Amino acid sequence: MRYRFDAEDGNNAFITIVRDAEYKEGGVLSGIPVAVKDNISTKGIPTTCGSKILEGYVPPYDAHAVAMIKEAGAVIVGKTNMDEFGMGTTTENSAYFPTTNPCDRTCVPGGSSGGSAAAIASDMVPMALGSDTGGSIRCPAAFCGIVGLKPTYGRVSRFGLIAYSNSLEQIGPMAKNVTDVSKLMEVISKPDIYDSTAYNRPYVHTPSAQIKGKKIAVPKEYFGEGVDDKVADCVRGAISKLEEMGAEIIDCSIPSMKYALAAYYVTCTSEASSNLSRFDGVRFGPKVEMKRSWHDEYRDYRGERFGEEVQRRILLGTFALSAGYYGKYYAKAQVARSNIRNDFLRVLNEADLIAGPTMPNTAFKIGEKSSNPLEMYLADILTVPANLAGVPAISVPCGKVGGMPVGLQIIGRHFDEESVVDAAFAYEQEVN
Amino acid sequence: MVSEEEVESIAKLADITIEKEKLAGFTSRFNDILEYFDILDQVAPDETTKDDLYNVLREDEVMPSLTQEEALVNSGETEEGYIKSPKVM
Repeated sequence: MRYRFDAEDGNNAFITIVRDAEYKEGGVLSGIPVAVKDNISTKGIPTTCGSKILEGYVPPYDAHAVAMIKEAGAVIVGKTNMDEFGMGTTTENSAYFPTTNPCDRTCVPGGSSGGSAAAIASDMVPMALGSDTGGSIRCPAAFCGIVGLKPTYGRVSRFGLIAYSNSLEQIGPMAKNVTDVSKLMEVISKPDIYDSTAYNRPYVHTPSAQIKGKKIAVPKEYFGEGVDDKVADCVRGAISKLEEMGAEIIDCSIPSMKYALAAYYVTCTSEASSNLSRFDGVRFGPKVEMKRSWHDEYRDYRGERFGEEVQRRILLGTFALSAGYYGKYYAKAQVARSNIRNDFLRVLNEADLIAGPTMPNTAFKIGEKSSNPLEMYLADILTVPANLAGVPAISVPCGKVGGMPVGLQIIGRHFDEESVVDAAFAYEQEVN
Repeated sequence: MVSEEEVESIAKLADITIEKEKLAGFTSRFNDILEYFDILDQVAPDETTKDDLYNVLREDEVMPSLTQEEALVNSGETEEGYIKSPKVM
């Protein structure tokens, strides 16, 4: 069947739009237009990762998640804008153009899956695929007022996801509501032999608004320094609503949160320095010159085509892994990561779920933080712990502050997306 | 603190040319981030941490894959089925 995609892109959500697309009839997503983040491989459709270094690259194969949604009948209507290689919190680091927030076009949509979130929030598509390395699905979901789920590490195959930080990232579903997120999750979580870190644990679930008797832990660190008071109040209100609906709320602490951001940035930049060494203009991307010897050609090629944030992260990772510094940075980051995981396991042994804000504030103004990378990194403080621990986490809209959406983050046990989805669904049904 | 010369030398290892006029700003932001990473000095080394990693293996069987044509379609320059790269020496 053919599908004509006529939606107007008023927020620059897409890098590539497929106006005339084919789809397979009969599946659960039959004829539904779905947008795909531009770091997820789509056979025959350009895939740039928001980078000039992959301009013109057309993957010869589909990512597993893409193959699954096509099999289910989805229409791939385009590739969405993102921070270059997923490195950013606002989608301003795209090498092409920034995406604007449909709720207020002077604001960023969040990132790095900002294009996917903006495409959904502006009603261009009902659902989209994103990827989440340190919050890249949940942040834009919170900033644009939609729902986004980062699955348990290993629940969705990463085959065909162009790697930035393999030990942290997951492909995940984004949509206007929890029901559609759950439906898309069911389609993409099918097993895959091409990713050896993917478990055979398919998600087969219909959301149920049952929250009575569930124990929800609220870590004090999620309401600590740097979290905007009004955002904190808004999220506390949402948690009280869950309590009124019959959930038991308990206080808890995750002391290792103090080290989470540093552990995250050391880990992801180290992995990036290795992963991004493959971009040299030889096998894919714009052609490298062949006049001088290869290091000379590669240095200039990569210096010209990688954006500043990508260069910064490659260099940070190269430094963190270098002789003499490995023990100070990478080894310590792995101990901190293990402590964070243990803290989450301890809390989730006593409670079914953890709840808090997704982001410490609402969407920034475009340009507000783009000149200060460290300040930008600090915005990820509430999302990176779930990636370090490998647990599933959802962001569901829970109100507005100053006219801009706020996200409630609900985190669950490994491979218990079902409880995370049910809690988000219960909240959504109660307030809508 | 790392110096501009050290940043240049890390950039060389990573095969990235940083333009001279951008080097001072780049180094300053680089140092801000490294200073933040110092918080990891407070993490006690943990001898008891065991990783629960294990190998995932499968039989080495031939399965459908890309054709040579498909595999080369994105290469900048090819010759007789091979990918061409800049000279090594």
